[in-house]
Amino acid sequence: MTRSFVRKLALGAVVLGATLAACAKKEEAPPAPAAAPTAKAEPLKAAFVYVGPVGDSGWSFSHDLGRKNALAKFGDKVTTTFVEKVPEGPDAERVIRDLVAQGNKVVFATSFGFMDAMVKVAKDHPDVYFEHATGYKTADNLRVYEARFYEGAYLAGVVAGKMTKTNTLGFVASFPIPEVLRNINAYTLGAQSVNPKVKTRVVWINSWFDPPKETEAAQSLMNQGADVLLQNTDSTAVLQAAERNGKFGFGWDSDMSAFAPKAHLGSVALNWTVYYEKSFGEILEKRWKPEVTKWGVKEGMLDFVKPAAFLPEETKKAVEAAREGLKTGTVAVFKGPVVDNTGKEVLAKDAVADDTWKGAINFYVKGVEGKVPSSM
Amino acid sequence: MSEVALLVAATLAAGTPLAIAGLGLLLNERAGILNLGAEGMLLISAVAGFAAAFHGGSEWLGFAAGAAAGAAVAAVFGWLVVWLNTNQYATGLAVSLFGSGFSAFVGIDYVGRQLGEQRAHAVPILGELPFLGPALFRQHPMVYVAVALVGAASFFLYRTRAGLVLRAVGESPQSAHALGYGVRRIRLAAVVTGGALCGVAGAFLSVVYTPLWVEGMVAGRGWIALALTVFATWRPARILLGAYLFGGVTMLQLHLQAQGVELPSQFMAMLPYVATVVVLVLISRNPLWIRLNMPASLGKPFFPGA
Repeated sequence: MTRSFVRKLALGAVVLGATLAACAKKEEAPPAPAAAPTAKAEPLKAAFVYVGPVGDSGWSFSHDLGRKNALAKFGDKVTTTFVEKVPEGPDAERVIRDLVAQGNKVVFATSFGFMDAMVKVAKDHPDVYFEHATGYKTADNLRVYEARFYEGAYLAGVVAGKMTKTNTLGFVASFPIPEVLRNINAYTLGAQSVNPKVKTRVVWINSWFDPPKETEAAQSLMNQGADVLLQNTDSTAVLQAAERNGKFGFGWDSDMSAFAPKAHLGSVALNWTVYYEKSFGEILEKRWKPEVTKWGVKEGMLDFVKPAAFLPEETKKAVEAAREGLKTGTVAVFKGPVVDNTGKEVLAKDAVADDTWKGAINFYVKGVEGKVPSSM
Repeated sequence: MSEVALLVAATLAAGTPLAIAGLGLLLNERAGILNLGAEGMLLISAVAGFAAAFHGGSEWLGFAAGAAAGAAVAAVFGWLVVWLNTNQYATGLAVSLFGSGFSAFVGIDYVGRQLGEQRAHAVPILGELPFLGPALFRQHPMVYVAVALVGAASFFLYRTRAGLVLRAVGESPQSAHALGYGVRRIRLAAVVTGGALCGVAGAFLSVVYTPLWVEGMVAGRGWIALALTVFATWRPARILLGAYLFGGVTMLQLHLQAQGVELPSQFMAMLPYVATVVVLVLISRNPLWIRLNMPASLGKPFFPGA
């Protein structure tokens, strides 16, 4: 056992009582500018609200990288606070109100379920900026931002379509909502763009996070012949299950290459850094305005990173071409004709889907097997 | 056919941690102690087991460490509720919450670590049988140990003097005390043993079943194990049955989906819980069943000499 493990064990015993508190709060700020004799502008106080622990990978981790980057970039012009493991629900409102009461001038809430809390608090504090990731409700001082995740799923699909030997892909899915269905469809369409024979099997686990169940779902997909797996759940379990079975998988949310050296074909990684830089810049320069930001590969909010070194040259070229296409706009993930898996045309030939269309996806495209659970 | 064999195999593996943890909790409850801290004990032993297996290179070392960690947490819990007579419900919940935070804290360094290659297991000869081989006889040894443990617990509770004393302590600690039995020592022993069993179950989850460590990975299985004890009306054999039922329904829905069978996954996900409610209703219709089996002093503090 390592020494640090033992030390933590001892320290943990001391703080036994403290762990009962559900929220851990930490503050990070650059050295206090007390020494500066000249009257300096107060730094912008910003707060981040995370739904999970920051940890080493995944959703909240990716937001925290953005926070740290902004702190480094803007130096003593900003200070940041974050609160992690904030449950979605009534507690969120309390946490956000508390952060505003502490004098934060901008609050970033990074999970969909914080939406109504943000709307309520924003209404009571017109002098504070509110930014909500993945939501859709806006106000004069509340705006939303999200990543076009499906573009990453599409790029993973291109690699999967090239790498599959059985022409069967697997997807471990969380909940049947448009966001997730978009990813399943984009993964399949990406694969079909290089290999028309590809089929995708989907297993829903009705959870964002349940590593043993994610493992079992991955196992059952592999038993059915799926040999390249993607997931939109939050742990590395699916990728690691692929590693143990000699199959392939991808990282999701953040770079997961270290978790499965033989199975990892690449990671769909978020990069919120670009957005947080923009947002802080706008507030500091007093040109912030409410708007809806949806960024993808083009803006650098999302990318297919760490493609495996063992990918054949042709596969590397194919994914690079798709990536460039998404950047320059010559490739669109949802471009007609798109046919659902009952044979109905859902997007006419040459039509490019708009955000309303993408927000209402409730079907599988041709090539995905089974039925969407909610439509039964 | 091979699909069915794989499903049966997955069911046995999924049910094993539930069975072992449920059995441990059953021993607790038979002595009159309700330990709602199961989830926390499973998490702490999962990280301890993973750490030991990671550094020691042996999964059996992992089970030993898991059992030790589970027993240690249970000993603290036992001391609080048996000697200090703290409220069992509140103390158990505190252990649960403590376990989830503490395991995440000490486990940070183990997130994403890989254990060595997993060996394939097969029982000689029987493992070669068509259908039965892949279904039943190519499991991790712990799957068979779980069955043996259930048999042993059954024998202990109903066929040995010590088992009788344990049950007496759970039914009427005053009477057992009057007869000269050390109620508190017996209760503590039951709690520690139960904790060790929960520990083995936790280590099985992180070392064999998933196998990886990540914060919160037990994902509610401790609560399912607690429900199992009621489901089983505190009878060891029924714990095994219930664990396989839970494991089976969960696995069935995943496998049906992978095969493209069109059933709403939400419906399937709720089935194990529906089954629990149905069984609870059925057994509650017969008050004698509950009264005969539910330890009479369950959850109540005992003050010697009071």
